[in-house]
Amino acid sequence: MEFILQPWAWYIAGPMIAIVLLLMNYFGHGFGVSTNLETFCTIGGAGKSSDYFKKDWKAQMWSLFFVVGIIVGGYLSSQYLMQSETIVLNPKTVTELSELGFENAGQSYLPAEIFSTENIFSLKGLSILIGAGFMIGFGSRYAGGCTSGHAITGLSSLQLPSLLAVIGFFIGGLIMTWFLIPLLY
Amino acid sequence: MVFNSFTILTMKNIRFLFIGTLFGIILSKSEVVSWYRIYEMFKFQSFHMFGIIGSAVVISMVFMQLFKKGTIKNVKGENIIQKEKKKGLIRTLVGGTIFGLGWALAGACPGPMFVLIGHGITSIFIVLFGATLGAFVYGVLSKKLPN
Repeated sequence: MEFILQPWAWYIAGPMIAIVLLLMNYFGHGFGVSTNLETFCTIGGAGKSSDYFKKDWKAQMWSLFFVVGIIVGGYLSSQYLMQSETIVLNPKTVTELSELGFENAGQSYLPAEIFSTENIFSLKGLSILIGAGFMIGFGSRYAGGCTSGHAITGLSSLQLPSLLAVIGFFIGGLIMTWFLIPLLY
Repeated sequence: MVFNSFTILTMKNIRFLFIGTLFGIILSKSEVVSWYRIYEMFKFQSFHMFGIIGSAVVISMVFMQLFKKGTIKNVKGENIIQKEKKKGLIRTLVGGTIFGLGWALAGACPGPMFVLIGHGITSIFIVLFGATLGAFVYGVLSKKLPN
């Protein structure tokens, strides 16, 4: 039990994610999360705006169950499986973040500077939350997958489009982290 | 009748709920859902995320080979085939870059977004709303965008 309550090391988590991929494939479906965003659009009636969304969303039911499971997993972890939310960060990261105005880096999973509920009610805070989400949704569907579909499934099955997409993920991530976040904060 | 087909649909899919629960627990417990872990990764100040994605890819590669050889078959006894990803230099690089910008800013990709709903983070609903909107705009423009 002590082991479960501690944060899990990379060499535990990585192989377990591969087992999730194995289970998904064994039960007849690929490993991927971002397609669900399109399914939400279809359920919301987006078929009226574009033929792209005229699909039978019930065929994606398995994937919706997967997503509900992810939420349940998050709930169970936060309620029962965590002793603390403290994250042991590189001290350099903590110093750099405090220079940007991020206080208490690593004291919890998320920085209050971005995710506090008050941010929803400020123009800047709301724009950042919606904008970040928009780029995630638009980018992953344009690229044809996200971290699970491209970086893990695509790279491990040696698909060239996935390698290009992952290179893109890093170009975007590096630009945001090194240049844009210091401008925004 | 309606109830019956609903029950069958649920029974068949409940296994994916359990796999999702496992996935959600892994992402929580390994701190992948933490904004700080993603920031640290893009700053190259920690091996943690590289280790997780790297080892997941390497072990998945072994599984992929076993799928290909037919050593591991699916629950129905059929060969497991991976869907081919859509090709296109612009689509993958530009789409990937836009995704990367969002990933680094929100510190979460689609999987962790759902985990954070489970953690009770109200503001993540706004990110999820933005992501659904982004997928919608992509769908509407999909025929006009270069591949």
